[in-house]
Amino acid sequence: MRNPQLNAAGDLIHLLTLEGLPAEVIRRILDTAVPFTSIAEREVKKVPLLRGKTVFNLFFENSTRTRTTFEIAAKRLSADVINLNIGVSSTTKGETLLDTIDNLVAMNADMFVVRHAQSGAPHLIAAHLNRTGRSDVHVVNAGDGRHAHPTQGLLDLFTIRHYKKEFHNLTVAVVGDVLHSRVARSLIHGLTTVGTPEVRVIAPQTLLPTALTSLGVRVFNDMREGLAGCDVVVMLRLQSERMKGALLPSAGEYFKHYGLTAEKLALAKPDAIVMHPGPMNRGVEIESAVADGERSVILPQVTFGIAVRMAVLSILAGN
Amino acid sequence: MKTKLPDAEQALAALADRMRGAIAFDARLVGIRSGGAWIADRLAQMISGDHPVGYIDVSFYRDDFNRRGLKPEVKRTELPFEIEGATIVLVDDVLYTGRSVRAAINELFDYGRPQRIELAVLVDRGGRELPVEATYTGARLAVAQDLSIVLSRDATGLLQLATEGADGAAEAVAPDA
Repeated sequence: MRNPQLNAAGDLIHLLTLEGLPAEVIRRILDTAVPFTSIAEREVKKVPLLRGKTVFNLFFENSTRTRTTFEIAAKRLSADVINLNIGVSSTTKGETLLDTIDNLVAMNADMFVVRHAQSGAPHLIAAHLNRTGRSDVHVVNAGDGRHAHPTQGLLDLFTIRHYKKEFHNLTVAVVGDVLHSRVARSLIHGLTTVGTPEVRVIAPQTLLPTALTSLGVRVFNDMREGLAGCDVVVMLRLQSERMKGALLPSAGEYFKHYGLTAEKLALAKPDAIVMHPGPMNRGVEIESAVADGERSVILPQVTFGIAVRMAVLSILAGN
Repeated sequence: MKTKLPDAEQALAALADRMRGAIAFDARLVGIRSGGAWIADRLAQMISGDHPVGYIDVSFYRDDFNRRGLKPEVKRTELPFEIEGATIVLVDDVLYTGRSVRAAINELFDYGRPQRIELAVLVDRGGRELPVEATYTGARLAVAQDLSIVLSRDATGLLQLATEGADGAAEAVAPDA
Protein backbone atom coordinates (compact mmCIF):
# COMPACT_ATOMS: atom_id res chain seq x y z
CA MET A 1 0.00 0.00 0.00
CA ARG A 2 1.21 3.46 -0.84
CA ASN A 3 2.06 5.87 1.96
CA PRO A 4 -1.24 7.83 2.25
CA GLN A 5 0.76 11.01 2.95
CA LEU A 6 2.26 11.06 -0.54
CA ASN A 7 0.68 11.11 -3.99
CA ALA A 8 1.86 8.98 -6.94
CA ALA A 9 4.53 11.57 -7.76
CA GLY A 10 5.88 11.43 -4.18
CA ASP A 11 4.59 14.89 -3.24
CA LEU A 12 3.30 15.49 0.26
CA ILE A 13 -0.53 15.68 0.27
CA HIS A 14 -1.20 15.05 3.98
CA LEU A 15 1.08 15.29 7.00
CA LEU A 16 0.12 12.48 9.38
CA THR A 17 3.36 11.22 10.91
CA LEU A 18 7.11 11.56 10.44
CA GLU A 19 7.41 7.77 10.50
CA GLY A 20 8.22 6.59 6.99
CA LEU A 21 8.46 10.10 5.56
CA PRO A 22 11.46 10.36 3.21
CA ALA A 23 14.38 12.46 4.47
CA GLU A 24 14.15 14.78 1.45
CA VAL A 25 10.52 15.64 2.28
CA ILE A 26 11.52 16.49 5.87
CA ARG A 27 14.49 18.55 4.70
CA ARG A 28 12.35 20.43 2.20
CA ILE A 29 9.90 21.41 4.94
CA LEU A 30 12.78 22.61 7.15
CA ASP A 31 14.35 24.55 4.26
CA THR A 32 11.03 26.15 3.32
CA ALA A 33 10.46 27.25 6.92
CA VAL A 34 13.65 29.37 6.87
CA PRO A 35 12.30 32.24 4.71
CA PHE A 36 9.04 32.14 6.69
CA THR A 37 10.88 33.03 9.92
CA SER A 38 11.50 36.57 8.69
CA ILE A 39 7.85 37.36 7.90
CA ALA A 40 7.10 38.00 11.57
CA GLU A 41 9.69 40.81 11.58
CA ARG A 42 8.09 42.82 8.79
CA GLU A 43 5.71 45.74 8.65
CA VAL A 44 2.98 43.49 7.18
CA LYS A 45 3.22 40.04 8.79
CA LYS A 46 1.42 38.31 5.96
CA VAL A 47 2.06 36.77 2.56
CA PRO A 48 -0.75 36.11 0.06
CA LEU A 49 0.10 32.45 -0.58
CA LEU A 50 -3.12 30.88 0.78
CA ARG A 51 -5.43 33.76 -0.12
CA GLY A 52 -8.94 32.43 -0.67
CA LYS A 53 -8.24 29.07 1.00
CA THR A 54 -10.21 27.89 4.01
CA VAL A 55 -8.43 26.05 6.81
CA PHE A 56 -10.48 24.24 9.46
CA ASN A 57 -8.87 23.69 12.84
CA LEU A 58 -10.66 20.58 14.13
CA PHE A 59 -9.77 20.14 17.76
CA PHE A 60 -11.40 17.11 19.33
CA GLU A 61 -9.03 17.51 22.26
CA ASN A 62 -7.99 20.69 24.04
CA SER A 63 -4.81 22.48 23.13
CA THR A 64 -4.14 26.18 23.32
CA ARG A 65 -0.61 26.50 22.01
CA THR A 66 -0.87 24.16 19.05
CA ARG A 67 -4.24 25.53 17.94
CA THR A 68 -3.05 29.13 18.31
CA THR A 69 0.18 28.60 16.39
CA PHE A 70 -1.67 26.81 13.58
CA GLU A 71 -4.16 29.67 13.49
CA ILE A 72 -1.40 32.28 13.33
CA ALA A 73 0.43 30.28 10.65
CA ALA A 74 -2.68 30.03 8.45
CA LYS A 75 -3.55 33.71 8.96
CA ARG A 76 -0.01 34.86 8.10
CA LEU A 77 -0.48 32.93 4.85
CA SER A 78 -3.73 34.90 4.29
CA ALA A 79 -6.01 31.85 4.63
CA ASP A 80 -9.43 32.03 6.26
CA VAL A 81 -9.37 30.04 9.48
CA ILE A 82 -12.33 28.40 11.17
CA ASN A 83 -11.80 26.98 14.66
CA LEU A 84 -14.08 24.15 15.67
CA ASN A 85 -14.03 22.61 19.11
CA ILE A 86 -15.79 19.45 18.09
CA GLY A 87 -15.72 17.99 21.58
CA VAL A 88 -18.69 20.18 22.44
CA SER A 89 -20.37 20.13 19.03
CA SER A 90 -21.94 17.66 16.58
CA THR A 91 -20.30 14.49 17.87
CA THR A 92 -22.22 14.90 21.10
CA LYS A 93 -25.35 14.83 18.94
CA GLY A 94 -24.26 11.49 17.47
CA GLU A 95 -22.68 12.52 14.16
CA THR A 96 -19.77 10.30 13.10
CA LEU A 97 -16.33 11.74 12.46
CA LEU A 98 -16.46 11.09 8.71
CA ASP A 99 -19.95 12.63 8.43
CA THR A 100 -18.56 15.76 10.07
CA ILE A 101 -15.71 15.76 7.52
CA ASP A 102 -18.06 15.28 4.56
CA ASN A 103 -20.14 18.24 5.74
CA LEU A 104 -17.09 20.47 6.04
CA VAL A 105 -15.87 19.36 2.60
CA ALA A 106 -19.33 20.34 1.30
CA MET A 107 -18.58 23.78 2.75
CA ASN A 108 -15.49 23.86 0.47
CA ALA A 109 -12.81 23.29 3.07
CA ASP A 110 -9.29 23.22 1.62
CA MET A 111 -7.45 21.91 4.64
CA PHE A 112 -8.07 20.23 7.99
CA VAL A 113 -5.78 20.59 10.99
CA VAL A 114 -6.83 17.74 13.27
CA ARG A 115 -6.15 17.12 16.95
CA HIS A 116 -7.75 13.97 18.36
CA ALA A 117 -7.37 11.89 21.52
CA GLN A 118 -7.68 8.74 19.41
CA SER A 119 -4.50 7.55 17.68
CA GLY A 120 -5.12 7.24 13.95
CA ALA A 121 -8.04 9.68 13.62
CA PRO A 122 -6.23 12.04 11.17
CA HIS A 123 -5.12 8.98 9.18
CA LEU A 124 -8.74 7.83 8.97
CA ILE A 125 -9.81 11.24 7.65
CA ALA A 126 -6.99 11.37 5.08
CA ALA A 127 -7.74 7.84 3.85
CA HIS A 128 -11.42 8.77 3.56
CA LEU A 129 -10.59 11.87 1.47
CA ASN A 130 -8.23 9.89 -0.77
CA ARG A 131 -10.85 7.15 -1.23
CA THR A 132 -13.63 9.60 -2.09
CA GLY A 133 -11.45 11.34 -4.67
CA ARG A 134 -10.92 14.47 -2.57
CA SER A 135 -7.17 14.26 -2.03
CA ASP A 136 -7.13 17.94 -3.02
CA VAL A 137 -8.32 18.52 0.56
CA HIS A 138 -5.31 18.17 2.84
CA VAL A 139 -5.01 16.86 6.39
CA VAL A 140 -2.42 17.92 8.96
CA ASN A 141 -2.13 15.87 12.13
CA ALA A 142 -1.90 18.27 15.08
CA GLY A 143 -1.49 15.42 17.56
CA ASP A 144 -3.36 12.10 17.75
CA GLY A 145 -3.46 10.10 20.97
CA ARG A 146 -0.08 8.62 21.81
CA HIS A 147 0.74 8.20 18.13
CA ALA A 148 2.27 11.27 16.51
CA HIS A 149 2.63 15.04 16.55
CA PRO A 150 4.56 15.62 13.33
CA THR A 151 4.64 19.43 13.28
CA GLN A 152 6.04 19.43 16.83
CA GLY A 153 8.69 16.94 15.71
CA LEU A 154 9.50 19.16 12.71
CA LEU A 155 9.77 22.32 14.79
CA ASP A 156 12.07 20.46 17.19
CA LEU A 157 14.22 19.42 14.22
CA PHE A 158 14.17 22.98 12.91
CA THR A 159 15.27 24.32 16.31
CA ILE A 160 18.08 21.77 16.59
CA ARG A 161 19.31 22.56 13.08
CA HIS A 162 19.09 26.30 13.75
CA TYR A 163 21.45 26.06 16.73
CA LYS A 164 23.57 23.04 15.76
CA LYS A 165 23.62 23.50 11.92
CA GLU A 166 23.66 19.78 11.07
CA PHE A 167 22.42 16.48 12.50
CA HIS A 168 25.20 14.08 11.48
CA ASN A 169 27.45 14.74 14.49
CA LEU A 170 24.87 15.12 17.26
CA THR A 171 23.89 13.25 20.39
CA VAL A 172 20.32 14.06 21.36
CA ALA A 173 18.66 12.96 24.60
CA VAL A 174 14.88 12.79 25.04
CA VAL A 175 14.05 12.73 28.74
CA GLY A 176 10.89 11.77 30.56
CA ASP A 177 7.45 10.37 29.90
CA VAL A 178 8.18 8.69 26.57
CA LEU A 179 5.41 6.14 27.09
CA HIS A 180 2.62 8.71 26.77
CA SER A 181 4.41 11.10 24.43
CA ARG A 182 3.49 11.49 20.77
CA VAL A 183 6.02 14.35 20.73
CA ALA A 184 8.81 11.92 21.59
CA ARG A 185 7.73 9.41 18.95
CA SER A 186 7.64 12.03 16.19
CA LEU A 187 10.94 13.55 17.22
CA ILE A 188 12.72 10.17 17.40
CA HIS A 189 11.46 9.18 13.93
CA GLY A 190 12.47 12.59 12.57
CA LEU A 191 15.94 12.51 14.14
CA THR A 192 16.78 9.03 12.87
CA THR A 193 15.43 9.82 9.37
CA VAL A 194 17.67 12.87 8.96
CA GLY A 195 20.69 10.88 10.11
CA THR A 196 21.30 11.74 13.77
CA PRO A 197 23.92 9.20 14.89
CA GLU A 198 22.91 8.95 18.53
CA VAL A 199 19.43 9.35 19.94
CA ARG A 200 19.04 8.56 23.63
CA VAL A 201 15.94 8.06 25.69
CA ILE A 202 16.18 8.69 29.43
CA ALA A 203 13.25 7.55 31.59
CA PRO A 204 12.22 5.28 34.42
CA GLN A 205 11.41 1.77 33.20
CA THR A 206 7.70 2.31 33.93
CA LEU A 207 7.52 5.24 31.46
CA LEU A 208 9.18 3.44 28.56
CA PRO A 209 7.20 1.76 25.82
CA THR A 210 8.20 -1.81 25.04
CA ALA A 211 10.17 -2.39 21.82
CA LEU A 212 11.76 1.04 22.04
CA THR A 213 15.17 -0.12 20.88
CA SER A 214 13.63 -1.07 17.52
CA LEU A 215 13.41 2.71 16.89
CA GLY A 216 17.20 2.83 16.95
CA VAL A 217 17.65 4.59 20.27
CA ARG A 218 19.85 3.96 23.31
CA VAL A 219 17.90 3.63 26.53
CA PHE A 220 19.12 4.96 29.88
CA ASN A 221 17.37 4.64 33.23
CA ASP A 222 20.03 6.78 34.92
CA MET A 223 19.73 10.42 33.91
CA ARG A 224 23.32 11.34 34.79
CA GLU A 225 24.70 8.58 32.57
CA GLY A 226 22.33 9.48 29.77
CA LEU A 227 23.11 13.20 29.74
CA ALA A 228 26.88 12.74 29.50
CA GLY A 229 28.19 14.35 26.32
CA CYS A 230 24.80 15.37 24.88
CA ASP A 231 24.44 18.27 22.41
CA VAL A 232 20.69 18.58 22.81
CA VAL A 233 18.46 17.77 25.80
CA VAL A 234 14.74 17.52 25.09
CA MET A 235 12.61 17.44 28.23
CA LEU A 236 9.11 15.98 28.04
CA ARG A 237 6.15 17.02 30.10
CA LEU A 238 5.14 14.60 32.81
CA GLN A 239 1.65 13.85 31.51
CA SER A 240 -0.04 13.27 34.84
CA GLU A 241 -3.52 13.56 33.30
CA ARG A 242 -2.70 10.65 31.02
CA MET A 243 -1.22 8.51 33.70
CA LYS A 244 -3.24 5.50 34.67
CA GLY A 245 -2.30 3.61 37.78
CA ALA A 246 0.77 4.08 39.89
CA LEU A 247 3.62 4.38 37.39
CA LEU A 248 5.46 6.80 39.65
CA PRO A 249 5.70 7.25 43.41
CA SER A 250 5.27 11.06 43.36
CA ALA A 251 6.08 14.19 41.40
CA GLY A 252 8.74 15.10 43.96
CA GLU A 253 10.41 11.73 43.64
CA TYR A 254 10.30 12.09 39.83
CA PHE A 255 12.01 15.48 39.96
CA LYS A 256 14.76 14.06 42.15
CA HIS A 257 15.67 11.42 39.57
CA TYR A 258 14.53 12.82 36.21
CA GLY A 259 14.09 16.57 36.70
CA LEU A 260 16.59 18.70 34.78
CA THR A 261 18.66 20.83 37.15
CA ALA A 262 21.68 23.02 36.44
CA GLU A 263 23.83 20.46 38.22
CA LYS A 264 22.66 17.60 35.95
CA LEU A 265 22.82 19.77 32.82
CA ALA A 266 26.52 20.34 33.57
CA LEU A 267 27.08 16.70 32.54
CA ALA A 268 26.03 17.48 28.96
CA LYS A 269 28.31 19.36 26.56
CA PRO A 270 29.03 22.97 27.60
CA ASP A 271 27.12 24.30 24.58
CA ALA A 272 24.20 21.89 24.91
CA ILE A 273 20.75 23.38 24.32
CA VAL A 274 17.65 22.61 26.38
CA MET A 275 14.26 22.12 24.70
CA HIS A 276 10.73 21.47 25.96
CA PRO A 277 7.56 21.18 23.87
CA GLY A 278 5.47 22.86 26.56
CA PRO A 279 3.45 23.28 28.63
CA MET A 280 6.13 23.00 31.30
CA ASN A 281 5.69 21.70 34.84
CA ARG A 282 8.28 23.77 36.67
CA GLY A 283 9.76 21.83 39.54
CA VAL A 284 8.53 18.50 38.14
CA GLU A 285 10.55 17.79 34.99
CA ILE A 286 12.62 20.98 34.85
CA GLU A 287 13.79 23.54 37.39
CA SER A 288 13.10 27.21 36.72
CA ALA A 289 16.79 28.17 36.67
CA VAL A 290 17.28 25.85 33.67
CA ALA A 291 13.98 26.65 31.94
CA ASP A 292 14.81 30.36 32.03
CA GLY A 293 18.57 29.90 31.67
CA GLU A 294 20.80 30.91 28.79
CA ARG A 295 20.90 27.43 27.26
CA SER A 296 17.14 27.17 27.13
CA VAL A 297 15.65 27.55 23.62
CA ILE A 298 12.11 26.82 24.75
CA LEU A 299 10.62 30.14 23.62
CA PRO A 300 12.45 30.18 20.24
CA GLN A 301 10.84 26.75 19.70
CA VAL A 302 7.43 28.41 19.88
CA THR A 303 8.43 31.12 17.38
CA PHE A 304 9.97 28.58 14.98
CA GLY A 305 6.80 26.49 15.31
CA ILE A 306 4.85 29.15 13.42
CA ALA A 307 7.33 29.23 10.51
CA VAL A 308 7.42 25.42 10.33
CA ARG A 309 3.61 25.23 10.28
CA MET A 310 3.51 27.91 7.56
CA ALA A 311 5.91 25.77 5.53
CA VAL A 312 3.79 22.63 5.99
CA LEU A 313 0.53 24.40 5.09
CA SER A 314 1.98 26.05 2.00
CA ILE A 315 3.70 22.92 0.69
CA LEU A 316 0.46 20.94 1.13
CA ALA A 317 -1.68 23.65 -0.47
CA GLY A 318 0.55 23.62 -3.55
CA ASN A 319 0.40 19.83 -4.05
CA MET B 1 18.82 25.91 -35.73
CA LYS B 2 21.11 27.06 -33.00
CA THR B 3 19.75 29.88 -30.90
CA LYS B 4 21.86 32.98 -30.82
CA LEU B 5 21.72 34.89 -27.58
CA PRO B 6 23.38 38.13 -26.62
CA ASP B 7 26.49 37.87 -24.46
CA ALA B 8 25.40 38.34 -20.87
CA GLU B 9 28.51 40.28 -19.87
CA GLN B 10 28.06 42.72 -22.77
CA ALA B 11 24.38 43.18 -21.92
CA LEU B 12 25.37 43.81 -18.29
CA ALA B 13 27.89 46.47 -19.36
CA ALA B 14 25.24 48.12 -21.53
CA LEU B 15 22.75 48.05 -18.66
CA ALA B 16 25.27 49.61 -16.25
CA ASP B 17 26.00 52.34 -18.85
CA ARG B 18 22.32 53.25 -19.04
CA MET B 19 21.90 53.34 -15.26
CA ARG B 20 25.05 55.36 -14.56
CA GLY B 21 24.05 58.95 -13.92
CA ALA B 22 20.38 58.09 -14.46
CA ILE B 23 19.50 56.41 -11.18
CA ALA B 24 19.00 58.47 -8.03
CA PHE B 25 22.11 58.93 -5.88
CA ASP B 26 20.40 57.19 -2.97
CA ALA B 27 18.71 54.43 -5.00
CA ARG B 28 18.71 50.96 -3.45
CA LEU B 29 19.11 47.96 -5.73
CA VAL B 30 16.79 45.02 -5.09
CA GLY B 31 17.58 41.87 -7.07
CA ILE B 32 14.86 39.30 -7.74
CA ARG B 33 16.27 35.87 -6.86
CA SER B 34 18.12 34.16 -8.23
CA GLY B 35 19.37 35.75 -11.50
CA GLY B 36 18.38 39.31 -10.57
CA ALA B 37 20.30 39.01 -7.30
CA TRP B 38 23.54 38.20 -9.14
CA ILE B 39 23.00 41.14 -11.49
CA ALA B 40 22.25 43.53 -8.61
CA ASP B 41 25.53 42.51 -6.93
CA ARG B 42 27.47 43.18 -10.13
CA LEU B 43 25.70 46.48 -10.85
CA ALA B 44 26.51 47.76 -7.36
CA GLN B 45 30.22 47.31 -8.19
CA MET B 46 29.96 48.77 -11.69
CA ILE B 47 27.94 51.89 -10.87
CA SER B 48 29.71 54.49 -8.79
CA GLY B 49 28.15 55.79 -5.61
CA ASP B 50 26.70 54.02 -2.63
CA HIS B 51 23.81 51.81 -3.69
CA PRO B 52 22.93 49.24 -1.01
CA VAL B 53 21.77 45.87 -2.35
CA GLY B 54 18.83 43.78 -1.17
CA TYR B 55 17.34 40.53 -2.41
CA ILE B 56 13.77 39.46 -2.87
CA ASP B 57 12.34 35.97 -3.40
CA VAL B 58 8.87 36.32 -4.88
CA SER B 59 7.82 32.67 -4.36
CA PHE B 60 5.24 33.58 -1.70
CA TYR B 61 3.68 36.17 -4.03
CA ARG B 62 3.46 34.30 -7.33
CA ASP B 63 0.09 34.08 -9.06
CA ASP B 64 0.71 30.57 -10.40
CA PHE B 65 0.98 28.95 -6.93
CA ASN B 66 -2.36 27.14 -7.37
CA ARG B 67 -1.18 25.52 -10.59
CA ARG B 68 2.47 24.90 -9.85
CA GLY B 69 2.77 24.81 -6.08
CA LEU B 70 5.70 26.10 -4.13
CA LYS B 71 9.06 25.83 -5.85
CA PRO B 72 11.50 23.51 -4.08
CA GLU B 73 14.01 26.13 -3.04
CA VAL B 74 12.63 29.29 -1.58
CA LYS B 75 15.27 31.71 -0.35
CA ARG B 76 15.01 34.42 2.24
CA THR B 77 14.00 37.93 1.23
CA GLU B 78 16.69 40.25 2.61
CA LEU B 79 16.08 43.97 2.56
CA PRO B 80 18.64 45.44 4.98
CA PHE B 81 17.32 49.00 4.63
CA GLU B 82 14.12 51.02 5.02
CA ILE B 83 11.64 50.63 2.16
CA GLU B 84 9.41 53.45 3.43
CA GLY B 85 10.13 56.54 1.33
CA ALA B 86 13.06 54.92 -0.52
CA THR B 87 13.91 54.91 -4.21
CA ILE B 88 14.12 51.29 -5.28
CA VAL B 89 15.53 49.85 -8.49
CA LEU B 90 14.19 46.33 -8.95
CA VAL B 91 16.69 44.20 -10.87
CA ASP B 92 15.76 41.08 -12.84
CA ASP B 93 17.48 38.90 -15.42
CA VAL B 94 14.81 38.31 -18.05
CA LEU B 95 11.67 40.44 -18.46
CA TYR B 96 8.96 38.32 -20.07
CA THR B 97 5.31 38.23 -18.90
CA GLY B 98 5.85 40.82 -16.16
CA ARG B 99 4.39 38.55 -13.47
CA SER B 100 7.55 38.28 -11.37
CA VAL B 101 7.82 42.06 -11.34
CA ARG B 102 4.18 42.36 -10.24
CA ALA B 103 4.88 39.89 -7.42
CA ALA B 104 8.04 41.76 -6.40
CA ILE B 105 6.24 45.12 -6.27
CA ASN B 106 3.53 43.56 -4.08
CA GLU B 107 6.11 42.13 -1.70
CA LEU B 108 8.01 45.45 -1.47
CA PHE B 109 4.82 47.18 -0.32
CA ASP B 110 4.53 44.72 2.58
CA TYR B 111 7.76 46.23 3.90
CA GLY B 112 6.70 49.86 3.50
CA ARG B 113 5.70 52.46 0.92
CA PRO B 114 8.58 53.26 -1.43
CA GLN B 115 8.81 56.77 -2.88
CA ARG B 116 9.59 55.37 -6.32
CA ILE B 117 10.23 51.98 -7.94
CA GLU B 118 12.20 51.59 -11.18
CA LEU B 119 12.99 48.40 -13.07
CA ALA B 120 16.33 47.33 -14.55
CA VAL B 121 16.52 44.13 -16.65
CA LEU B 122 19.40 42.39 -18.35
CA VAL B 123 17.24 41.13 -21.23
CA ASP B 124 13.77 42.15 -22.41
CA ARG B 125 12.32 39.32 -24.50
CA GLY B 126 8.85 40.84 -25.08
CA GLY B 127 5.67 38.80 -24.52
CA ARG B 128 4.19 40.92 -21.75
CA GLU B 129 0.94 39.81 -20.09
CA LEU B 130 0.83 42.75 -17.68
CA PRO B 131 1.37 46.48 -18.22
CA VAL B 132 4.98 46.43 -16.98
CA GLU B 133 7.95 48.13 -18.69
CA ALA B 134 11.60 48.33 -17.75
CA THR B 135 13.21 51.68 -16.95
CA TYR B 136 16.68 50.35 -17.95
CA THR B 137 17.30 47.47 -20.38
CA GLY B 138 20.60 45.73 -21.23
CA ALA B 139 19.50 43.98 -24.42
CA ARG B 140 16.31 43.28 -26.35
CA LEU B 141 15.58 39.93 -27.86
CA ALA B 142 12.95 38.44 -30.16
CA VAL B 143 12.48 34.82 -29.21
CA ALA B 144 10.00 31.98 -29.71
CA GLN B 145 7.34 31.80 -27.01
CA ASP B 146 8.01 28.22 -25.91
CA LEU B 147 11.68 28.89 -25.28
CA SER B 148 12.87 29.83 -21.83
CA ILE B 149 15.99 31.88 -21.33
CA VAL B 150 18.06 31.05 -18.27
CA LEU B 151 20.85 33.02 -16.68
CA SER B 152 23.66 31.12 -15.00
CA ARG B 153 26.79 32.15 -13.14
CA ASP B 154 30.06 30.25 -13.37
CA ALA B 155 32.66 29.70 -10.65
CA THR B 156 34.47 32.93 -11.53
CA GLY B 157 31.25 34.95 -11.24
CA LEU B 158 30.80 35.50 -14.99
CA LEU B 159 27.21 35.53 -16.23
CA GLN B 160 25.92 33.48 -19.14
CA LEU B 161 22.61 33.26 -20.99
CA ALA B 162 21.32 29.95 -22.32
CA THR B 163 18.09 28.58 -23.69
CA GLU B 164 16.07 25.73 -22.28
CA GLY B 165 13.11 23.72 -23.53
CA ALA B 166 11.85 23.32 -27.12
CA ASP B 167 14.42 24.17 -29.75
CA GLY B 168 13.44 27.46 -31.29
CA ALA B 169 15.06 30.30 -33.12
CA ALA B 170 16.18 33.41 -31.35
CA GLU B 171 17.56 36.51 -32.91
CA ALA B 172 19.84 38.72 -30.95
CA VAL B 173 19.31 42.42 -31.41
CA ALA B 174 21.94 44.96 -30.52
CA PRO B 175 21.18 47.09 -27.47
CA ASP B 176 19.31 50.13 -28.68
CA ALA B 177 21.30 53.26 -29.12
